Amino acid sequence: MAGEAHSEGGLAFHPLDQFQIKPLFGTGPVEWYTVTNLTLWMAIAVMVVIAVFVYGSRSRALVPSRMQSLGEVGYNFVYNMIDEVTGHDGVKYFPWIMTLFIFVLLSNVLGLIPGSFAPTSHIMVTAVLGFGVFFAITLLGLVKHGLGFLGMFWMKDAPLALRPVIAIIEIVSYFVRPVSHSIRLSGNIMAGHAVIKVFAAFAPLIFISGFGLLVTPLSILAITAIYALEVLVAVIQAYVFTILTCVYLKDALHPSGH
Amino acid sequence: MELEAAAALGKFFGAGLAAIGSGIAAVGVGNIAANFLAGALRNPSAAGSQTATLFIGLAFAEALGIFAFLVALLLMFAV
Repeated sequence: MAGEAHSEGGLAFHPLDQFQIKPLFGTGPVEWYTVTNLTLWMAIAVMVVIAVFVYGSRSRALVPSRMQSLGEVGYNFVYNMIDEVTGHDGVKYFPWIMTLFIFVLLSNVLGLIPGSFAPTSHIMVTAVLGFGVFFAITLLGLVKHGLGFLGMFWMKDAPLALRPVIAIIEIVSYFVRPVSHSIRLSGNIMAGHAVIKVFAAFAPLIFISGFGLLVTPLSILAITAIYALEVLVAVIQAYVFTILTCVYLKDALHPSGH
Repeated sequence: MELEAAAALGKFFGAGLAAIGSGIAAVGVGNIAANFLAGALRNPSAAGSQTATLFIGLAFAEALGIFAFLVALLLMFAV
């Protein structure tokens, strides 16, 4: 989005420049196999996940070490979430949901390191996750219930005259799900990072004019406060992404169980 | 006024108007949290089991604000 179309603003740098995808080596065009900062930080997220879980589960002590309790807390958190939201028969899909949660969480949190890159701020990354969930769950529902899955759109409790109208609304809302699922995540992360950059662009004003004596401390305070908020948002959005996956999974497993 | 100039001006107007949508989504999110808190204070023992519902509601309300933000971004940088 932040390509060549830079508008003439007074900011020292453009708040969306941080989302540019650059090749790590050389300056060639970005092909699908090019190693970019996006793929680097996705790989780092995966490496950190592997490191935490492999190192944490290495000793398997009865009294857990720090790493082991970190892994156990994450495992129990996702396990209980599936058990509560989807029901006990959703626990079968635990590995998939745990993978989604831990990858989104690590991408969000590692993206907050200054100078790093948040893969989840890009709509293409979250769209793969969101549409992957959508297609997997639709297929699962169709395989498990056959055409009975379509009963999800046909409300048996509603009056007969209203049912076609409700069916249309339900179908539209079903197909908007992957869009909102992915845009929610990337929009939140991108908006937060962009806001930090907007305040960061105001910070060097003290070198330019006396007006900066007032603006610079305020903007540094604002960056600190918003950074704290972003840590919260990173965790909450990973939680929301996962819990919505659980809700959609429940719809696929029990299509008429509204 | 030239057509291009009017389009450039309208872009910024549209982006500003879309920001109002984000603000209204904030009202919705606050409404959900306030109602949850009001209910939770009346029956604190039932509140813990409903946090998941709270977050789902917050996420749905917030998504529309994010859509407004996306419209603003599209107007500013893509159109």
